[in-house]
Amino acid sequence: MATTAAPGGGARNGAGPEWGGFEENIQGGGSAVIDMENMDDTSGSSFEDMGELHQRLREEEVDADAAAADEEDGEFLGMKGFKGQLSRQVADQMWQAGKRQASRAFSLYANIDILRPYFDVEPAQVRSRLLESMIPIKMVNFPQKIAGELYGPLMLVFTLVAILLHGMKTSDTIIREGTLMGTAIGTCFGYWLGVSSFIYFLAYLCNAQITMLQMLALLGYGLFGHCIVLFITYNIHLHALFYLFWLLVGGLSTLRMVAVLVSRTVGPTQRLLLCGTLASLHMLFLLYLHFAYHKVVEGILDTLEGPNIPPMQRVPRDIPAALPAAVLPAARLPTTVLNATAKALSVTLKSH
Amino acid sequence: KYQFAGLSDISISEDTPVEGEITIPMRSRAREFDSSTLNESVRNTIMRDLKAVGKKFMHVLYPRKSNALLRDWDLWGPLILCVSLALMLQKSSVDGEPGGGPQFAEVFVIIWFGAVTITINSKLLGGNISFFQSLCVLGYCILPLTAAMLICRLVLLAGPGPINFMIRLFVVVVMFAWSVIASTAFLADSQPPNRKALAVYPVFLFYFVISWLILTFTP
Repeated sequence: MATTAAPGGGARNGAGPEWGGFEENIQGGGSAVIDMENMDDTSGSSFEDMGELHQRLREEEVDADAAAADEEDGEFLGMKGFKGQLSRQVADQMWQAGKRQASRAFSLYANIDILRPYFDVEPAQVRSRLLESMIPIKMVNFPQKIAGELYGPLMLVFTLVAILLHGMKTSDTIIREGTLMGTAIGTCFGYWLGVSSFIYFLAYLCNAQITMLQMLALLGYGLFGHCIVLFITYNIHLHALFYLFWLLVGGLSTLRMVAVLVSRTVGPTQRLLLCGTLASLHMLFLLYLHFAYHKVVEGILDTLEGPNIPPMQRVPRDIPAALPAAVLPAARLPTTVLNATAKALSVTLKSH
Repeated sequence: KYQFAGLSDISISEDTPVEGEITIPMRSRAREFDSSTLNESVRNTIMRDLKAVGKKFMHVLYPRKSNALLRDWDLWGPLILCVSLALMLQKSSVDGEPGGGPQFAEVFVIIWFGAVTITINSKLLGGNISFFQSLCVLGYCILPLTAAMLICRLVLLAGPGPINFMIRLFVVVVMFAWSVIASTAFLADSQPPNRKALAVYPVFLFYFVISWLILTFTP
């Protein structure tokens, strides 16, 4: 009977000060809590209300302290003091709640320690993974292992951004609305994150065993081939050389990614869909990067004749392959000299 | 009983007053110090900050393994360097081309977001350097590249040409190496010994991008 006595006692204890507080309110006294819902509460001993009772007891403790503190002021200031205390308490409670929520959100989202395990690598590991990304492994019956780290892919994306910037600057790409850096970063990060998400979604449809982190790491390391090809061909402008590298180096890194995906997918249709999409996107991206940021001298003269150039247009220009081939050792020089002469040409043409 | 007999004599008579002085010297001195920096003239404040910035510039120009840059970090120096570099990289607009505007914001954003990214990366790799200390070091080590930009602008006044380009290339490469070595001298100690290369590579990329912006600048 102790258990039933306790809720009964609790109900009485809980009801007592509340009713007492109600009476005090009538007198114009201090308690700032008007608990409307308890006035009709007759089921104080039912089991479901235990939680409510405990909550009420706790609240009532807090309110009793507040009421004890406020009573002296309330008595002096009468009804006006009572309202002031109420609003101040409400404001205080709102502030506390807001502060608690904000600090919880901050510690959840601004905590970079969630990324810490993905950066736990050694330089030797990164080096070996870079080399392995160019070597396709033909084991397709057993899922191949993918290293789930983010340091290597992130550094490769930044390296690609730097190489793109180099390519855009040497070709004097004009971006009418936007900046060079913004375009380079947007392209590289957009490709890495966007294509990873898309292939992950397709993998989900095709029932492939790969997580988002693994997909990000796989595609990130696949950009190593792109970096090599672009670094060489932005400096040596031979179309034949570019196509050779595109097939060889781009093909090798694509084959590696395809082999990993095939080993983790079951069923010929699914394998074809997934790997075909990835291979085409990867190879086409390399093609796009090379030709969008390349030089076309004829392009300058063409666009100068039409004064109304639509906004957000890149003006790619290409120098014919024969010219730089003659001065291959000093490949940097002819580009700047040609840029200077092209600019001089443009100025003279504009003046006419 | 004999032991405690004499204790009854040990009592302070009510006639003797107990008095003395209690002073808290530290607090009053601190208050004095605060009010003195508030009340000092603007010239004194500026000179003190400028001297601190100048001392850090000296540390960058002659990089030794010292803690001066790390202990009292400040971001005045990086701000001055960043703004001056961005101003010098402005292209004079030719025929109303809208190419002059984004240059300033571009350089600013590259420097600050690059420094933030490198700092986060070195913290994730297990480095024990604070966020603002790292920003301070990376910002101050742009000083050689700003000097290179100044020299390039002066050299470009002589007119374009291949020799001109060679001089600029040489100057920028030397300053780039100086920047990387200076920042490595300060940052490498905060990393675990086998991962120094992993933390230094993004710094290398960062200064490479800035050097490339300087080298390909044509007025």
